[in-house]
Amino acid sequence: MRTYHDLTDPDRSGLAQQIGAQRQRVAERLAGVGRIVAVMSGKGGVGKSYVTAHLARALVRAGKPTGVLDADLNGPTIPRLLGVDHSPLPIPQGAVEPATGADGVKCISMALLLEDGAPLAFKGPSAESFVWRGAMEATALREFLGDVEWGTLDTLLLDLPPGMQRYVELCDILGTPPAVLTVTIPTPESRDAVRRAMRAAVDRGSALLGIVENMVGGELKGSAADELAQEFGTPVIGRVPFHPSVTIWDQMAATL
Amino acid sequence: MKFLCVECDQQMAFGERQLPGDGTLAATFKCPQCGRVVAMLTNPMETQLVSSLGVEIGGRTVPEQPLQTIRSAVATGREDAFEEGTGDGGRGKGTPAWSSDAQERLSRVPNFVRGMVKRIYADYAKERGITEITPTVMDTARSELGLEGM
Repeated sequence: MRTYHDLTDPDRSGLAQQIGAQRQRVAERLAGVGRIVAVMSGKGGVGKSYVTAHLARALVRAGKPTGVLDADLNGPTIPRLLGVDHSPLPIPQGAVEPATGADGVKCISMALLLEDGAPLAFKGPSAESFVWRGAMEATALREFLGDVEWGTLDTLLLDLPPGMQRYVELCDILGTPPAVLTVTIPTPESRDAVRRAMRAAVDRGSALLGIVENMVGGELKGSAADELAQEFGTPVIGRVPFHPSVTIWDQMAATL
Repeated sequence: MKFLCVECDQQMAFGERQLPGDGTLAATFKCPQCGRVVAMLTNPMETQLVSSLGVEIGGRTVPEQPLQTIRSAVATGREDAFEEGTGDGGRGKGTPAWSSDAQERLSRVPNFVRGMVKRIYADYAKERGITEITPTVMDTARSELGLEGM
């Protein structure tokens, strides 16, 4: 019996072509974006979203138009950090206009689309949702990249959730690995978790832009940022205390 | 995917796709030599898995809409997430009218996805020279385009 590749007539569904068209759509939409930076950490609760939002504002203040894609689909916080309200998003020319937050940062987030307080829930058979939910979230990320009219941006920051899954999806969707900015807190526990994430990013081919050490100067003891910087040969671009001044973010934006 | 008629050693041709509305999918394939038709039936989980990739078995029938999968699949979307009336196909010359029955039916579609659904039906009618969208037109479009739950 002949096998798939022995049959020469085209596959009518053309699933590979449909996936290819999706990738092309993303590439075309992001053509005006100067650089894509994934803000990530292997650990939760280190302040990735907080750093992302304030860094985006500082970049805009420095004259670099910046957008933030909130890739934490299940725990989106970027709109609140940027002071974005829930005005309906227009869809004027076949793409969704992003919301605009503090200092003019453009933003898209699942928080703008979900009912207040509601979790991200999908229609579909709940019994086997573990089979398809990951694919659905990857598709949502792809649509945020390809269906939002980002326009001309110097930088698009992607606020990734803890763990590596969303980063891997992002690499697949973009076709090339994004640059990575890592956030950690000073503790050894954070260092160990972030190390794994940075190793995975390096293995994938991402350029490491630097490390931000958050929550510095309080009860959290350690030197995670310095140790990781030495190990990976990337700079510590900022140390953020519990009550940072605005200048800290501006200094970091100038470094990035 | 491809289907082979083993007896004739011929690649079967795609026939049609049906979405009966219960979460399942049926796609038919016909042998060009002996005429035998087989149907591929997928269960709700399998159908959802394909849908979650943002692709369509049998090929895409309408251009992908902005945030189509999110708007179609998110169950907890806010009613006012999108600006009603933007990107809804109500643009310029040749725009079909909506009968009152069709408008009433459209109004029952959740607002989260309504603009996209309206645009798909309007484009369908416009491409076929249909001047008024009625529930019958909507049923035909839904069947032809394979629009589950729209």
